[in-house]
Formats: sequence, C-alpha cells, structure tokens
Amino acid sequence: MSASWPLWEVFVRGKRGLNHVHVGSLHAPDAEMALRNARDVYTRRNEGVSIWVVPATAITASSPDEKDPFFEPSGDKVYRHPTFYEIPEDVPHL
Amino acid sequence: MDLEAQFERTVAAEQRVEPRDWMPDGYRKTLIRQIAQHAHSEIIGMQPEGNWISRAPSLRRKAILLAKVQDEAGHGLYLYAATETLGADRAELTEKLISGRQKYSSIFNYPTLSYADVGVIGWLVDGAAICNQVPLCRTSYGPYARAMIRICKEESFHQRQGYELLMTMMAGTDAQRAMVQESVDRWWWPSLMMFGPPDAESSNTEQSMKWRIKRNTNDELRQKFVDMTVPQAEKLGVTLPDPELRWNPERGHHDFGQPDWDEFWQVVGGNGPTNAQRVEHRRKAHEDGEWVRAAAAAHAMKHAAVEEGVA
Repeated sequence: MSASWPLWEVFVRGKRGLNHVHVGSLHAPDAEMALRNARDVYTRRNEGVSIWVVPATAITASSPDEKDPFFEPSGDKVYRHPTFYEIPEDVPHL
Repeated sequence: MDLEAQFERTVAAEQRVEPRDWMPDGYRKTLIRQIAQHAHSEIIGMQPEGNWISRAPSLRRKAILLAKVQDEAGHGLYLYAATETLGADRAELTEKLISGRQKYSSIFNYPTLSYADVGVIGWLVDGAAICNQVPLCRTSYGPYARAMIRICKEESFHQRQGYELLMTMMAGTDAQRAMVQESVDRWWWPSLMMFGPPDAESSNTEQSMKWRIKRNTNDELRQKFVDMTVPQAEKLGVTLPDPELRWNPERGHHDFGQPDWDEFWQVVGGNGPTNAQRVEHRRKAHEDGEWVRAAAAAHAMKHAAVEEGVA
C-alpha cells in the first residue's frame, strides 16, 4: 500500500466580513486537491465563500502544558479592561 | 494539581476536552473505538441505499438519494478526522474495518429489498440515529462534539426526505401502501436494536457516562425514539409490528416489547444477512481505488519536483 496522503487543516470563511474559522481536516496529495476535497467535504450546503487549506505539519501551536504560565502575563492586568475604571453615571457617552 | 484531577474537573464542569490536553488512556481508547465505529457506520451505511440510486423512480428521487449517500461519506470523513486528533491513523482504521477487526452499526447488515426501504431507512434508521446523535453534540471531547453538530444538521434532511417519500407512497396504490408496511415490518426491530443492548447488559455505559462521552443510557434513548415515532406512524397510516406497544398514562411513555436480542448478538457477531457482503464490498472499493490514490500521489510528487526545479 502506498504511503498515505498528508493531512491538511481546513479553514472556511462563512460569508464576507467574517474570519476564516477552523472546521476540520482531511487528507489530500497536494494543495489543489485539498481545496477541492475541502469544498466537497465541508461546504456542501453553501457554508463558505472562501477556503484555506494548510498542511497540518505547518501549524505551530502553544502547548496545553504551558497553559498557565504562557497566558499569565495578561492575567493580572485588569486595567486593560474598560470596567476597571469607575466613572460617575451621569457622564454621558463614556 | 495533578493531571488526572484537572481532567476530571474539566469534564465535570461541562468544559470540553481538546486534542492536546492530557487525558486518561482509557478515555482516549474508548473515544477512538466509539468514533471509529461511528465513522465506519457512515461509510458502510452508503451501501444499502446506494443499492437503489440507479433504480430510483424519478430524477428528483435520484438526485435526493445521491445527495444523501454523499452526505454519509462526508459524515464518515468528519468522524475519521476526529479520530485522528486522538492519534489514530486513518489507513489503519480502514484496514481494521476491511479485515473485520472493528465494527459498525448492526443495522447496515440488513438488506434493502424494496424501494420503500429507502424511505423507511430515512424515517426510522436516520430517526434513531438522530436520537443517538443529538445528545452527542454535548459529548465531552471537543472535535467529536463539533463533528456531531455538523452531522445532526444534515441528518434532519435525511429523515424528512424519507418521511416525505413514504407519504408519497402511502398516497399511491394499495400495492405501494403494502410495500411500505412490509418495509416497516422488517426495519422496526432492527431500528430499536440501534440503541444497543439493554442497560443491564451494556458494559461500556457507566464509564462512558462518567466521562460524559455518552449522555444518555441505551434504554432512555430507545424510549425516546419509540415515543417520538408512534405519532409519526399514525399520521403515516402504518402499523408498528409490536403487539405490546401501547401508551402508558402512568409513566407518560409508551410501553413496548423487546427486540430479539439473540438476533442482535448474532448480527454483531458477524452472522447477519449481509455482514460478509458489506465488508467485502468496502474492501474491494478500497483496493480498486488504490491506483487512483497512487496516481494522485505520483502527480503531486512530480509537480512538487518541477516547482522546486523552477525555484
């Protein structure tokens, strides 16, 4: 049996104005076939107007093991949120 | 906090487990087994209905049936993709299916003898599948839950086209009505078996419920299916072939008879009417497709080499 086709991650833009969102993965011999397969597998009912396919091996992900320290820097910066600031209620448009 | 406690807490809090999270080996193995079996069912499930594509009575029915069978292939692919996020290998899963080492739903080991079966499969078999699958949209493993959401959206078309097909036949001749009833008689009990053995004999249920892979017991789902189906059968004008079937006002549910569980175990064990034929057909399709896979891979390699040469 021949070696199996590489894995591609599929991202679909649902409609104009939205981000591409990850919808799943599939196997295909090359990028062009990956796009065609993605159309057939993930957009049979007009779910998308644009598709990206990315070789799964090209994705670098943060490790779940480092979750706490990796995202910690933003944890204690409550002053980045608008609700941190107390403004009298009678000040309009703020 | 230790990994296992963190996992338990995530699951108990109704949060989703995602591919790179730590998970117990048993959880991973159970998921791979269940999702692969589900994927295989979708793929094998193309056969009984595919059998009628060339003989569907009109272009409209043919187009509908083609779209449905194509959806089953899509569902299989969503689910195989979910197993791969757990570290399963796609080629290996196919290998396990065609060598009989992994199972698929026993319902697909029954033959489709008449065109009415296309309607009854949509109504009863896909109806039962929807009962099983809707709760799985909240299963604890993220990629599985997301695949199920997609599948459930599409199954609704499957069930409705089946019921509409049957309504059309029931509005036809006496012979057509008899054909529908005969088909319902054959598919009713196997449909009830789709929920698996009674809770007392279901070995995997307890742990799977604890891990929130499974959200309802087999008997709960079977009851739900019966309650849902009875008024649909009345409206259609067919009789469900169970003399014990009646409304129980005290329970607020229908009482119903048990399927022949010996038959169920026989079919699960490989001795159903079409087990050998289904697996053989899948094996042949896989092997006959080998040259296509090889040619596509060769083309991709040649193309990549040319591009590299240019650069």
